[in-house]
Amino acid sequence: MRTLLSGDLPRSRMLSFLLAAIFFCLALAPFLFPGTRSLDVAARVCVFILLVASYDLLLGYTGIVSFAHTMFFGIGGYGVGIAIARLSPSWSAVAVGTAAALLASLALSLVIGLFSLRVKAIFFAMITLAVASFFAILASQLSGLTGGEDGLTFRVPELLRTRIAAYYVVFVASLALFLALLRVVNSPFGRVLLAIRENDFRAEALGYRTVTYRTIANSLGALVATLAGVLYALWLRYTGPNTTLDFAIMIDILLMVVIGGMGTMYGAVIGATLFVVAQNYLQDGMKVLSAALQGIPLLPDLFHPDRWLLWLGVLFVISVYYFPTGVVGYLRRR
Amino acid sequence: MKAGRFDLIPVALVAVVTLGALGLIRTPSTWVTLTVAGLAMGLLIFIMASGLTLVFGLMDVLNFAHGIFIALGAYVAASAMKAFGGGLAALAPAMLGAMLAAGALGLLFERVIIRPVYGQHLKQILITTGGLIVAEQLIHVVWGPDLLPLERPEALRGALLFGDVALERYRLAAVLVGLAIFAAMALTLNRTRLGLLIRAGVENREMVEAMGYRVRRLFVGVFAAGCALAGLGGALWGMYQEAVTVQIGAQMMVLIFIVVIIGGLGSVTGCFIGALLVGLMANYVGYLSPKIALGSNILLMVLVLLWRPRGLYPVGKS
Repeated sequence: MRTLLSGDLPRSRMLSFLLAAIFFCLALAPFLFPGTRSLDVAARVCVFILLVASYDLLLGYTGIVSFAHTMFFGIGGYGVGIAIARLSPSWSAVAVGTAAALLASLALSLVIGLFSLRVKAIFFAMITLAVASFFAILASQLSGLTGGEDGLTFRVPELLRTRIAAYYVVFVASLALFLALLRVVNSPFGRVLLAIRENDFRAEALGYRTVTYRTIANSLGALVATLAGVLYALWLRYTGPNTTLDFAIMIDILLMVVIGGMGTMYGAVIGATLFVVAQNYLQDGMKVLSAALQGIPLLPDLFHPDRWLLWLGVLFVISVYYFPTGVVGYLRRR
Repeated sequence: MKAGRFDLIPVALVAVVTLGALGLIRTPSTWVTLTVAGLAMGLLIFIMASGLTLVFGLMDVLNFAHGIFIALGAYVAASAMKAFGGGLAALAPAMLGAMLAAGALGLLFERVIIRPVYGQHLKQILITTGGLIVAEQLIHVVWGPDLLPLERPEALRGALLFGDVALERYRLAAVLVGLAIFAAMALTLNRTRLGLLIRAGVENREMVEAMGYRVRRLFVGVFAAGCALAGLGGALWGMYQEAVTVQIGAQMMVLIFIVVIIGGLGSVTGCFIGALLVGLMANYVGYLSPKIALGSNILLMVLVLLWRPRGLYPVGKS
């Protein structure tokens, strides 16, 4: 168990319990929560845990803010989508699409990284924002290739057509990649990243090339995000701007990382689970609340089901101020 | 801004782009139309971006929620235009209202969101993004989620014809307003004591503080003014597009970031030149080959950064 978690134990009884609960719920999701909607939520949780964990590698461990993470997520989705749509719904097409997507992500992240990671964090954040929005427009414009705003609906290989099998593919792949990320951040390489986050000047003085380390971390994060995109597209059997490239998803990822806890992979698990479940079920609760407040000015509007992001945004601001280490940090401190 | 000799190469670059486009477009009347459109767009972007770059230069604060002031300005203007009947007379209250609302929100934003995180870049990016989410949702609460029409007053619709050159009235007006604001800003920054302090603060904050000035108070003023300008820019831009959605801020933010990066973070002159370049490029390329229009500004940014890695007019401190 210790080797599986790379020696990075939760270090809090409550946190261990939560993580174990999430693990078992996800592992047995098709049996515990029958029904298409809850299985869909479970698959989304798996994919987003992976996506958020790869983002945490950048934000929490290396201390760089990227707004292009959804772009890599989208490259994965479009890679596999386009390959299947053009070739055939077979595993070889999936492999070709994934490989092409990984290559594209690697090249793009290297270029962005070499260009802008030399300078300040803020500079990188701005450049990634510009590039990602450009990519999103590009994807919706090249409708011959990407299906434009409608996206691509495609058939998947035989095995993935049963929902339970598809779910377990997503689950196992996400779990394996998550453990791999845990391995990375607890390796000597991960220690250097932490050093760069804490004080890049001192890390440089110790003889580490900070630009190289940052660029590698950036590319690694991009590659894992691409794989998450592949998994998500295979699960949805669809890929389009709204499911992968939307800026709103980038905001979601930020919320998940910060609320869960930056600088720890377990934060991604907690944050993503909390967020996806809230996204799917908080609205139901708010509908009830909004109806109950009917007649009072403004309040029903504030608690309107579509305004759920407002409350998560408030939670986000509060957690940046008062719980910079998020839920995980809070649990560990007690 | 002007330290020693003024660097004219970037200005020449604007001229080269403009004249180069004439060579490619060939029909002078189209070229004039496009140039005016580009200038109008560039000046509007400048109005929105100038506050952001000044704030960064002065206090090292980058506000990722700057777009929200743009959106707020546009929404307030839309409401005011509706309330005052939509004629030319409604223009003044609409613009003033947009500026006041955005400025007031700016003061609040500085106090609540930004003040606790001075000097911490990572937290600034996160917290201002959080503020953006909350403020966007609040706009939805107040104005509803739907697109809001923002019509131009009768007098500003249609185009003027000079020979075979058609110039949209609103664009001409936008150019005039933009130039007026740039002139006012340049005068304030270069000819008044306040401007002197701001420029000195951008150059070296500690020194100005050591001389007994409260740079932080100055900064709050600049922040609010920048937000007010963003609100005005948003109102004008909304009218340019004749519709307002909450995404208007986020869409403009991308262009504004490109402009600010091209110009050199913290430099007002750079911001002006960058905005003109981006506005002109967007219109020329949009006409010549619409397919690459989207990428042209990114390409421009990359080229500028290859040439001058810290922007056209790098500001003193790194």
